[in-house]
Parts: sequence; structure tokens; C-alpha cells
Amino acid sequence: MRSIIYLIIGIFFGIVLFKSEAASWFRIYEMFQFGSFHMYGIIGSAVGIGIIVIQGIKRFGITSFDGKQINIAPKERSFSRYMFGGIIFGLGWALAGACPGPMFVLLGAGYMPILVVIISAILGTFLYGIFKDKLPH
Amino acid sequence: MNWIYNPWPWYVSGPLITLVMVALLMAGKRFGMSSNLRTMCTICGAGKTSGFFRFDWKAQRWNLVVVLGVIIGGFIAAHFLSTDPSVTINPKVAAALKIKGFENAGEGYMPELLFSNEVLTDPKGLLLLVIGGLLVGFGARYAGGCTSGHAISGLSDLQLPSLIAVIGFFIGGLVMVHFLFPLLF
Repeated sequence: MRSIIYLIIGIFFGIVLFKSEAASWFRIYEMFQFGSFHMYGIIGSAVGIGIIVIQGIKRFGITSFDGKQINIAPKERSFSRYMFGGIIFGLGWALAGACPGPMFVLLGAGYMPILVVIISAILGTFLYGIFKDKLPH
Repeated sequence: MNWIYNPWPWYVSGPLITLVMVALLMAGKRFGMSSNLRTMCTICGAGKTSGFFRFDWKAQRWNLVVVLGVIIGGFIAAHFLSTDPSVTINPKVAAALKIKGFENAGEGYMPELLFSNEVLTDPKGLLLLVIGGLLVGFGARYAGGCTSGHAISGLSDLQLPSLIAVIGFFIGGLVMVHFLFPLLF
């Protein structure tokens, strides 16, 4: 039963990503060329409203539907893993023009070459798992 | 109802993405797409090679259902909610892309140079997609999250690590577009 809820959330998210054009390679390229406010507006308004909502959840002690406390687990303190990992991610994001959400949107939209990106991303995750202990964290 | 068939403006899309994050929080879950890539590794048997993949993937099944939904959502949006999929980017950016060989810049949703089916027999295009995917997968796990987990969730929760990661995303993206694209295209 709960699966239906996750499925509906996913479908909604997929539609928003496609219709907002955040899943378009061209929009990502344009963003890194500072060619339009569009992507900055999407991320900025999502984060701006997100900050207000999360602060509200904390202040009023709002619980999830099954009565549990809501908190986004704090990420461990580090600089290098976020900076180096972030840069590597950004290089790929700009080249493939898709991050892990939009990849699946594009698969559904019928752009078959995105399968190459998805399989490579799974492989990239696997490579991280192998080299994890040799990397600065 | 015509608005639904046109591209949705940022001030509609951004808040709707926040709604997705809040819906998952209210369901007792966290918004993060790239962790699914790790789950997929585990399902494929990666646990034999690295302890990083030895976890109870069934506890992450809900997130795979979200991914299934995202695929269906992409299908619905592209086939039933769009009359013209072309993305009207900045004409100057489109003109510069055309010179680089991205001929359908400003007229398509995705560049034919990289995402038409012909790329599957084009070694250069194929290699670029593979490298792009590898970097995204590796980088997302190294950084502990991607655009949804860090840029949306983490920043909304005012977490410093997420700010560092997002700054990293932008450094990487700017280097790729401004310094590496001139060598690649």
C-alpha cells in the first residue's frame, strides 16, 4: 500500500523534472554558461522554500505521518570528500547533462542513449566502493 | 489548461520540487536519488567485492519504487503533457552550441549529437556518455549525495557539508563547460 505513495511521489517528481526542463542537457549547459536565470530560479526557489519548511518542521516539532520525528541526518564533518566528490560529480553532470534524477526521467521519455549513462553511473558508484578506502575523506 | 503543455516556469517547478522533498519527509523517508545507484550495485552482487555494498538493500526498496515512478513520470510528461518538447535556451548560448556541432540547440530537448540513437554506433559520443556517467556515479557517492540529497535537501537543512558539495558541483561543471568542452567539441 505504501508503495503506491512512493510510486505517486516518483511519478510527480518525474513529471516536474521533465516539464521544468531541468532534465534537459541544454538547460544544464546554459546554467553553467550563466545564460539564463531558469535553473538558478528552480534550485533557488526549491531551497528557499525548503529552508522555511524545514525550519517550521523543527520549530513546531512536526512528525511524519506515522508519528516519527523528522530530521535530516547531519552529514559527517569533512571538507575533502565533499569538495573532491562534488567536483567529480559536477564534471559528469555538465558532460552527460543529467544527474541521477533526470537520468531516469530521460529513460522514461524515450532517450535510449541515456541507458549508457545510467549503466556507467552504476559502474562509477561500484568503482567508488572499490577505491573508497584509498581516497581522502 | 494550456499551461500544462508548455514548459513550466521556475517559480512553479522549484516549489513543486520542495513539495516532493517534504512529501518524502512526511512519509518518514529522505529525498536522495543517487543512493539508488548504490542499491543497484548491491542487487547486482557488488557486496562480494566491497563491504560498502553489504547492506540490507530491501530497506531501500521504497526508493527504487520512487525511481520507477520517475521513469513513468518522464514517459507521461514527454508523451502526454508536451506538445513541443523544444527547449528555448538563450539564443546566444544556442548559437555558440550550433557552431560546436550541436545542431538542434534551441530546437530539441536533448542534443542529437549525444542522445540520438546514432550515438550508439559513434565511438566518440559513446565514450563521452560513458565518462559522464562514470563521473556522476563516482562523484555522487564520494560526495555522499547529488543534486537532490545535497543541493535541495542538505541546503534546505542548512548543512555546511552540502554547501561545500554544491560549490564542488559548480566548480566541476564550470571547468567542464569552459575549459574541457573546447577540447572535446
